[in-house]
Amino acid sequence: MTINEIQDEIIEEFELYGDWMEKYEAIIQLGKELPLISEEFRKDENLIRGCQSRVWLHAEYRDGRIFFTADSDAVITKGLISMVIKVLNGQTPKDIAEADLYFVNKIGLNSHLSPTRSNGLHSMLKQMKSYAVAYLVKELNK
Amino acid sequence: MSESCFTPISNLQKRKIMTQTKLNIQEIRKDFPILGTTVYGKPLVYFDNAATTQKPRQVLDVLSRYYETLNSNVHRGVHYLSQEATSAFEEARKKVAGFINAKHDHEIIFTKGTTEGVNLVASCFGRKFLKKGDSILISAMEHHSNIVPWQLICEEREATLKVIPINTNGELILDDLDSLMDETVKLVAFTYVSNSLATVNPVETIVGLAHSKGIPVLLDAAQAVQHIPVDVQQLDVDFMVFSGHKMYGPTGVGILYGKEEWLDKLPPYQGGGEMIRTVSFDRTTFNGLPFKFEAGTPDISGGIALGAAVDYIKSIGIENIYEAEHELLVYAQEQLSTIENIRFIGTAKNRSGAISFLVGDLHPFDTGDLLDKMGIAVRTGHHCTQPVMDFFKIPGTVRASFSFYNTKEEIDRLVEGLKKAVAMLS
Repeated sequence: MTINEIQDEIIEEFELYGDWMEKYEAIIQLGKELPLISEEFRKDENLIRGCQSRVWLHAEYRDGRIFFTADSDAVITKGLISMVIKVLNGQTPKDIAEADLYFVNKIGLNSHLSPTRSNGLHSMLKQMKSYAVAYLVKELNK
Repeated sequence: MSESCFTPISNLQKRKIMTQTKLNIQEIRKDFPILGTTVYGKPLVYFDNAATTQKPRQVLDVLSRYYETLNSNVHRGVHYLSQEATSAFEEARKKVAGFINAKHDHEIIFTKGTTEGVNLVASCFGRKFLKKGDSILISAMEHHSNIVPWQLICEEREATLKVIPINTNGELILDDLDSLMDETVKLVAFTYVSNSLATVNPVETIVGLAHSKGIPVLLDAAQAVQHIPVDVQQLDVDFMVFSGHKMYGPTGVGILYGKEEWLDKLPPYQGGGEMIRTVSFDRTTFNGLPFKFEAGTPDISGGIALGAAVDYIKSIGIENIYEAEHELLVYAQEQLSTIENIRFIGTAKNRSGAISFLVGDLHPFDTGDLLDKMGIAVRTGHHCTQPVMDFFKIPGTVRASFSFYNTKEEIDRLVEGLKKAVAMLS
C-alpha cells in the first residue's frame, strides 16, 4: 500500500469514532501494535528532542526501504508513534521524504493535541523524514 | 485524612475563621464568566489555579472601564485624564499595601510578576552587596524563578548558591539551618508555599534565625497571598514577591514589597523615564520610592485591575477563602485516596492550594491529556521545579490546584475521570 492509501484508511477509521475519548482509546490500542525498538538502540542518542515524554526512534534500511522501531514512556505518545510508523514503515526513502502527511490534520490531531504533544509529534515526523533524506542521499551517492 | 494536615495558620486566625459565615459558592461562581463555559462539549472543571486563577467580572469590568473612560499616561500629565489615571493607579498601590499590611505605600513596587520581582532584587542586591566568596541561600523546593536569577547573579559576582534540603515528605530540613546560614550568606530567598508540593514553610522560624544573624530575607509568596492571610510586618520579611494573575488579577502585573530601609539601600534596576529626578548628559539623579524601581510606563490598567482583585478578595474575605479551600483540599485528598496505586508527591504536615500525585506507573502527561478531553484542566510536568522532580526521581506529577470557587462535585468529576483514565491507560 502507498503512504496515501494507508493515510486514507486511518482517516476513514477515525471518522467512525464519536468523540475524542473513543479516538484516544483507538490511539492507545495502536500503541500496543508498535514495533518496539530493541534494547541496544533504546539509548539517549536515539531520543527525540521536543517531546515532554521520552521517545526513542530507530530506523533501519533494508532492500531500498526504511523500517522504523520506537518506544515511549507515555502510552498515548506510543500510540501516536505507532500510527505514524504504520503510515511510513516499509516505504522508500524518496516516498517518505516527499510524503505529505495530511492525516494528522484530517483526523484532528493538530487541533486537539496539547501544544506540547503536537510539537512532539512534529519533532517525531521531522526525525523520520530526516532519516529518509539521509538514506536517499546515500542511495544517490552509490 | 485528618483536619490537622492542612493547618498553616495560627489558632488565633482559625478562631476568626470559625466566626465567619459560609460562602455561597454557586453565587460566587457567577462572578467568573469562564467557569460557565464548556470544553470538548463538557462543563469546564478548572483545577489549574496555581498556574493562574480565573478572573471575576469585577476585575474584568475595571480593566475595560479603564480603557473606555480613563486611559492616559500616569504621573506626569497635567490634564484631567492623566490625573484621574494617576490617582486610580496610586489608589491600587494603597490597596495592595493594605492587603499585605505594608507599613508604607511606597514599599509596594509594581512589577511584571513574581519572576521580575526576584530578578530585580537579585540584580540590585547582588550588584551592591554580593562579593566573591559570598553566598545566597535558597531552598530545594524553589520554583525556577527563585533559582535561576540567583544563579545568574552568583556567577557574575563569583558567589555561590547554597540550598536548604528537603525530606521525602517535601518539607524543609531545618536541623542544619544554623550552620547553613554561615557568615558567607548575604540573603535568604525561599517560598512561602511550594507550587509543586504545596508545602507551607515555617516563614517566621527561618526569618527569625536569619535576622538574628543580620541576614535579610526574600519571600516568594506567589502561591500564598491568594490562599492565606499574609502580613508582611508580622512575618517581618525584608522583601516579598507575588503575581497579580494568581490572585484573580490580570496577567502582566505583580508586586515587589520591600522594607523602606532595604529599598532605599538598593541601586535602581532599569533606567528610563519615571525613575529619574533630573537627567543631564553628565549625571542623572534618581527618583524616590517607589518610582526608582518603576522605569517606563507601568502596566497602568493591570495595576488598577490588581487593586480591583484585592477588593474582590476582601469582599469574599481571605479567612473565608482559606476555610473553603481547606475543606476542598481535605475532601480531594480523601477522595483521591480511593484510587488504587495513587501516590501523593508532597505529604508535608502543612499544605495549601494543591495536590500533586502520580497513579501507578502512568505518565503524568497521559493522565493529564485524558482528563483534558473530559473537560478537566490539571497541570502535568515538572511545574518549573525540576530539582524537586529529580529529588523524587520522577518525570513530573499531575497537579490539581484549587480555588475557593471550586466545588466538591468538581472533585468528584476529577476522581471519576482519573478512574476512567487509569482504566484506559492500564
